[in-house]
Amino acid sequence: MGLKGHAALVGAAQYRPEKYATAPKAFHLDQVADLGRRALADAGLRADQLDGLVVNGPWFHEANCFVPATVAEHLGARLNFGEVIDLGGASSVGAVWRAAAAIELGICQAVLCVIPQRMAPLGPDESPNAMARASRYGGHSTVYGAPEAEFDLPYGHMAQNTGYAMIAQRYAAIHGYDPAAMAKIVVEQRINACANPEAIFFGKQLTVDDVLASKMVADPLHVLEIVMPVAGGAAVIVANRELARHCRHRPAWVVGFGERIETKSPSYAPDMLSTPIGPASRTAFAMAGLTPADIDVAEIYDCYTITVLLTLEDAGFCAKGEGMRFLREHDLTFRGDFPLNTHGGQLGFGQAGSAGGMSQVIEAIHQLQGRAGARQLPRCDIAYVSGTGGVMSEQSALLLQGD
Amino acid sequence: MTATKPLPHPTDTSAPFWNALRERKVLIQRCGACGSWVFYPRHHCPHCLAADPTWVAVSGKGTLYAYTIARIPTLPEFADEAPQKLAVIALDEGVHINSTLVFVDEGDTVIGMRVRPIFDDRGGMTLLRFAPASYDGPTVIDAAPD
Repeated sequence: MGLKGHAALVGAAQYRPEKYATAPKAFHLDQVADLGRRALADAGLRADQLDGLVVNGPWFHEANCFVPATVAEHLGARLNFGEVIDLGGASSVGAVWRAAAAIELGICQAVLCVIPQRMAPLGPDESPNAMARASRYGGHSTVYGAPEAEFDLPYGHMAQNTGYAMIAQRYAAIHGYDPAAMAKIVVEQRINACANPEAIFFGKQLTVDDVLASKMVADPLHVLEIVMPVAGGAAVIVANRELARHCRHRPAWVVGFGERIETKSPSYAPDMLSTPIGPASRTAFAMAGLTPADIDVAEIYDCYTITVLLTLEDAGFCAKGEGMRFLREHDLTFRGDFPLNTHGGQLGFGQAGSAGGMSQVIEAIHQLQGRAGARQLPRCDIAYVSGTGGVMSEQSALLLQGD
Repeated sequence: MTATKPLPHPTDTSAPFWNALRERKVLIQRCGACGSWVFYPRHHCPHCLAADPTWVAVSGKGTLYAYTIARIPTLPEFADEAPQKLAVIALDEGVHINSTLVFVDEGDTVIGMRVRPIFDDRGGMTLLRFAPASYDGPTVIDAAPD
């Protein structure tokens, strides 16, 4: 069942995370072309070798629908495979396995997976205030008949913070909670970010006390346990074996993946503490013939600290209820015994919208390629990457392996 | 400026639930084929996809499944509730409901505690909130006209 490991991540490009207010603005179509050109150059491939595309469907600025055709036309590409992805923070991991599957089916040879997340320039009749009003409900639908408009929003259940906070509170009630262990995730990922000049928090060290003294947003989550939204965007190239052999860097073979989608609101999950990354990861490990003990680096989606804790448990790095102890007992930095989010994670690197998860995919590629600079692991052959969309709504796992 | 909070707009599917709240009753659905309880209202059972679950009156009693105290309003118009006591209630039938806790102090909020329904009339609708089972005051909140 599943992938045979005949498709590889061979190139990547990523905008440096920047504050929205000062980041360059560009049309999404132009960002796709720019990121695509850079990712192809990184791989050592030509534009005319590209014959597949996975791109974000929601929030694509210049097209509400027909996104792949619009992008193909703009790039001058001839696609045998055009896919939109709508998995929020799981979109990056989800895009990579879809690309790998298309390649293993033999329908294309090189797939561009791209998520542009810089803002587009404002039109002559558009005001920033109007745009802010239009997006005030974020990923929630307010249309007549939308379940969340009827049963969640009237009570103030809205956005991500409180959903993740409720999960963390339930974790605390069932298994106990160690705020300092949770803060340690932020602090040790920040050490990694300080070895990554691209990270938004490069050069800004933190202590556990800083995290615990930061503003409480929704109990038990402090503001420093929550990602900072940034402008950015990223692209990766997935290629078949024939092309990958001639690429510039060590191919990161896609040897396993899994995906699980259950509820939009975590409130309706039968068990909030048993997250979809569990079945997704079990599928990925079984497909690859690997176990969590085989992993050299874990790039775990970290929109919040609680996401990391539950992923460590549900993906099988430790048993359910043992996460706090695992955090206390392991050094999570790039010099440590359990290297986690070696680029700083999104907590240290910044979260460029639904491209945030690309930072984890790209860090895994760079670690496998030996191109991670000051934070390079001495040995890195197998990487685990997770993606999380919504509030544990949709989760995907990826296993990458070098030759 | 007084911002208006979003209110539910009942559909043909959900109207019996909202109408019952106005009459101080809690009505949820049960699947005639597999017996599963269903919330939120649907035209089908999300366990077996059988059509037309049946409306059943229940006590509205349950336990606190999860909660958080939101220290920053989730929307500006909820600032008057700050800090918001957002909660997931597990009704005794097992279904989960998004709501808020009322008539309880932060320090007395414990996951697993028993809760009872409170009917909150506002804007021509009745919302379903929850108070600790030990609360013995009025079970209807009549919000100022809005």
